[in-house]
Amino acid sequence: MSGITDTEILKVEPGENLTYNVQPLLHEIRHALATLLDDGGNTVIDLQSLPLAPGEEQKLLDELGHGEVYARLHALGPTEIIETRYPGVWVVVHYNSSDEVIGKFIEVCDIPGLLRSQQEDVRQGLEQLQTQLA
Amino acid sequence: MSKDETLGEALRRQGISRRGFLKFCAATASMMALPPSMVPAIAAALEKARRPSVIWLSFQECTGCTESLTRSHSPTVEGLIFDTISLDYHHTLQAAAGSAAEAAREAAMEENNGNYILVVDGSIPLGNPGFSTIAGISNQSMLMETAKGAAAIIAVGTCAAYGGLPHADPNPTGAVSVGDLIKDKPIINVPGCPPIPVVITGILAHFLTFGTIPELDELGRPKAFYGKSIHDRCYRRPFYDKGLFAETFDDEGAKKGWCLYKLGCKGPTTYNACATTKWNEGTSFPIEAGHPCLGCSEPDFWDGGGFYKALSMPTEDITRSAVYAIGAGAAAGVALGALNRAKKKRVEKAHEKVTIDDLDKG
Repeated sequence: MSGITDTEILKVEPGENLTYNVQPLLHEIRHALATLLDDGGNTVIDLQSLPLAPGEEQKLLDELGHGEVYARLHALGPTEIIETRYPGVWVVVHYNSSDEVIGKFIEVCDIPGLLRSQQEDVRQGLEQLQTQLA
Repeated sequence: MSKDETLGEALRRQGISRRGFLKFCAATASMMALPPSMVPAIAAALEKARRPSVIWLSFQECTGCTESLTRSHSPTVEGLIFDTISLDYHHTLQAAAGSAAEAAREAAMEENNGNYILVVDGSIPLGNPGFSTIAGISNQSMLMETAKGAAAIIAVGTCAAYGGLPHADPNPTGAVSVGDLIKDKPIINVPGCPPIPVVITGILAHFLTFGTIPELDELGRPKAFYGKSIHDRCYRRPFYDKGLFAETFDDEGAKKGWCLYKLGCKGPTTYNACATTKWNEGTSFPIEAGHPCLGCSEPDFWDGGGFYKALSMPTEDITRSAVYAIGAGAAAGVALGALNRAKKKRVEKAHEKVTIDDLDKG
């Protein structure tokens, strides 16, 4: 009987541009940036809703690169918010408390909404500060 | 969380910031396959959502559907969705058993009459009530009784949705689906063997958010998750279009990641979200791991004629053999008898017996 150690492990070669979805996505981002300049309209693209071949998502992220801003939030697990080399194009990645990805978006906007302080949180913060000073 | 507390109130009580809540809504929208532009509407609805009562019944099943959900490793979003429902009865997960468990089910039914969600996994045997019982109650009786006061029914897994494996030919228990028995309630079919966990929670989230059932296809499946075929969203689709196929599991085509159609992939006739939602926290799905799609979210997928036969091939070799027999002027019955005998011999030959000694040698 042959053992599992004798079995050759099949290595699948990584394909390149298999779905051809990277280029159209970059064009979609280009259109979204033009809209942002024209009338301030924001665009959000959910990366998990698109078919991408292994390696294609990384290719897209490599194309977008890193710009001047990198932020890490801690709200229900971490969230990374990175401005790409194209100002106004942000990559937002949500993780759960076990550091597993639960959402991956490209946002085309001045600033992703999650970075702003939220009214409810500000109100709660004010109450806490008042209590502390009382 | 008390039944009167809204989800927004419950999250704030747990110290979750507004940012955290908005992140939860973004992930929930993605999970429900809704466009990100819906996030504000989801946030507004979830803020006010109240805790629905859920009764989960398991009939002829393997517990794979519950395993899929409870081992989904996404404690934040799916855990929160689950925290916001009142799972009043799930006999695999609950500590109580027998009459105490049944009393809990009856209490939940009475208290939430007309408003609770009934989740069912597993098929229902009609051949003999004794084939599958819980606390001495037949599956059919329990389903009919519990369905009466339900607002909606979610049939989780291919067994509950279409009969699944128990329904496969020759269907020894007379297994039927939920939809075969219940005709007067909205039923959402969530097939898959098992279904993708986020699809299960996505539907619960949809109900929680909008208080309605999502748009369904002609087989009763939510279009958001089952609206596109695996084939349409498969990253190997360009190879299919170019006619580049793997012929065996270890040839050059397989190594290059070519289309698995000829190895029996049922992607072209299977509607599910595997190709985009993927499994194991979005790591991959069967085709990405080099295996053809089995078509597990389709009715009667076990009887489709073989997992490794291309869709274009006849489901039974018997058809071709019989045609040859008629062509040669032989009686078809004789030819079929010969074919069956040959098949039996092949099976006997293929099944080598392994002894304890063989295992020791390995």
